[in-house]
Amino acid sequence: MSVIRTLHQQLINKERSALEIVQSSLERIQVLEPVLRSFLRVTSDHAIDHAKKVDDKIQNGESIGLLAGIPVAVKDNLCTVGIPTTCGSRILADFIPPYESTVTQKLANTGAVLVGKTNMDEFAMGSSTESSAFQVTANPWDITRIPGGSSGGSAAAVAANECVVSLGSDTGGSIRQPAAFCGVVGLKPTYGLVSRFGLVAYASSLDQIGPFGRTVEDAAIMLGAIAGHDPKDSTSLNVPIPDYTNYLIPNLKGIKVGVITETLGEGLDPQVGIAIQNALKQLEILGAQIYDISCPRFRYGVPTYYIIAPSEASANLARYDGVKYGYRNPDAEHLLSMYTQTRATGFGSEVKRRIMLGTYALSAGYYDAYYRKAQQVRTLIKQDFHQSFTQVDVLVCPTTPTTAFRPGEKTDNPLNMYLSDLMTIPVNLAGLPGLSLPCGFDDHGLPIGLQVIANVLREDLIFQVGYAYEQSTQWHGCTPEFT
Amino acid sequence: MLKPEEVRKVASLARLELTPDEEGQFATQLSDILTYIEQLNQLDTTDVLPTTRAIDGSNITREDHLTPYANPRLILQGAPEPEGEFFRVPKIGGE
Repeated sequence: MSVIRTLHQQLINKERSALEIVQSSLERIQVLEPVLRSFLRVTSDHAIDHAKKVDDKIQNGESIGLLAGIPVAVKDNLCTVGIPTTCGSRILADFIPPYESTVTQKLANTGAVLVGKTNMDEFAMGSSTESSAFQVTANPWDITRIPGGSSGGSAAAVAANECVVSLGSDTGGSIRQPAAFCGVVGLKPTYGLVSRFGLVAYASSLDQIGPFGRTVEDAAIMLGAIAGHDPKDSTSLNVPIPDYTNYLIPNLKGIKVGVITETLGEGLDPQVGIAIQNALKQLEILGAQIYDISCPRFRYGVPTYYIIAPSEASANLARYDGVKYGYRNPDAEHLLSMYTQTRATGFGSEVKRRIMLGTYALSAGYYDAYYRKAQQVRTLIKQDFHQSFTQVDVLVCPTTPTTAFRPGEKTDNPLNMYLSDLMTIPVNLAGLPGLSLPCGFDDHGLPIGLQVIANVLREDLIFQVGYAYEQSTQWHGCTPEFT
Repeated sequence: MLKPEEVRKVASLARLELTPDEEGQFATQLSDILTYIEQLNQLDTTDVLPTTRAIDGSNITREDHLTPYANPRLILQGAPEPEGEFFRVPKIGGE
C-alpha cells in the first residue's frame, strides 16, 4: 500500500492524529538536517497549525481527502505567500512572494501539510544541488555523494522519510535524475498537464512540475492533486483529469514495451545496464512484449537542450535587475552599473554561464546557426518518439547512465555535468511524460533508476507499467540505513 | 575559441559584470560547450520546421477581466528601495 494511503487509514481510524504524523516528520527533519541538508526552510509553525485543522475536521466527523494531514515538502522555486522562496539563489535570498503558486494552493486545498521548502540547484540549473547558493544536500544512501539535481532536496527528503511526498520541477531531468539517485519514484508529467503559475521560470518551453514519492501510487495520488487546467498559465492543457489510481494494475498483458537501444551502449555503467536488463525480464514475466526501438536522434538531446534552455533562461532571468524585488547591489551609483553589479553578485557561476550561453546563441549573427538549428533538431527528436509510439505503448531506458557521483567530481567540467542528463533531456524536448522508479542497486549500495516514457497524456500507461513492476519487485521497500 | 572581447560583448548584452577571472573561464568553457553543440550540424535539417513549444497550442485567450491585486503594499515591501508608491533606482545616465 502507498505511504499516503497507509497514513490516511491511520488518520480515519483515529490510530494517529495529523499532529502526531506531522510532528514525527518535523522531529525527523530536526535530527537529520545537520547531515542531510535537504531543506532550505522548515515551516514548523505553519505545519503544526495546519495539522491541527485536519484533526479538527476528523474530530467533527467531517470527511477528509487522501492527502489531508500528509507531510509534504516543495522545491524552493514554487512561490508560497509569506514563506521565503529563494530558488537556491542569493538574488532571491530574501524574496517573500506576494502570491501563491497554483500547485501549492491545490495541495493546501487538499489539506496536505507543508513542512518545508527544499534545496535545489540555483534557478534549477544543475544536476547535483552543488550550484545552490546556500548548501549542498547529501544523498541519504551515501552521505559522501550528491542526491542529484536540480530537485535534489525534494528527492533526498522523501528518500530519508523527512516527508511523505514532495514536489520538484523538471526541465531536463531535474525530477527523474534525483529520483534515480535517491531510490525514489519521480514523475515528470506531460508538458502543460500541471500549471506552472508561480513556478520561478527557467526554460518555459520545457519546465514542468511533478511529484516524488516512495511508491508509484503515492506519485499517482499527488499527480491527481496538482494536475488540471489553469487560466493563469497559457500553456496549461484543458483536458479532463482522470483518477490516476485507476491505472494501478498489477499485470502488463498486451502492453508493448520498447527499449531505446541507443541508451544501452557506450557510456553506460555496466551495473546500470545489468539492472535494466533484469527489469526488462521482469516486465516480460508480467506479460509485456519487449521490442528494441531505435531513436537515432536521441543522443542529440543534450546539445539541443544546451541551446534551447539557456536561450529561454537568458530571457526569463532578465527580470532580475534589482528594481522591483530581490537583491540589489547597494554600491552602484548609476542604473546600468546597478543592473550589472546586482547580477554579478546575485547570480552564481552556473547561472551566469547559462545566461551567457543563451545570450550568445540569440545574439545577432548566431540565431540561425544555433537557436533555429536546435529548434529544428528538436522536431527530429520528437519525430523519433512519435514514430516509436506507433509501434509500442511505452519506452524504457535507464534514467541515468551512472549512479550518484561525489561532490566536486563534475563541477570543474560543466559539459561532464550536463551529460548526466543524457537520458532524460529528450523527453522534455518532446513534452512527454517520464517516470523514474527504483530498479536495483550497484555494488556500492547506490540506487539505480528505470525510466518509463509514454506518449503525450499517457500517464495511465506509465503508472500501469511502473506499478506492475514495483509490486512484483522489492526495491520500493528498501530504505537507506542512514538514521 | 571565443575571444575576450566577444565574451565581454555577450556579458554586456546580458547585463553581467564579469571579473577578469570569469572572462577567462567563460571563454574556455563556452567555447568547449559550443564545440560540443556543433555536432548538431551532422544532421540535415533542410525543410525541417522548428519546434517552438513542446505541445502545440496557439492563440490561447481568455476574457480580459480586470482583477486588481488586493495588497499592492505587499509588492512594494518586497522591493530593494521602495518610496511611496514607487520603486526607486539610481540615477540614469552620466556613466
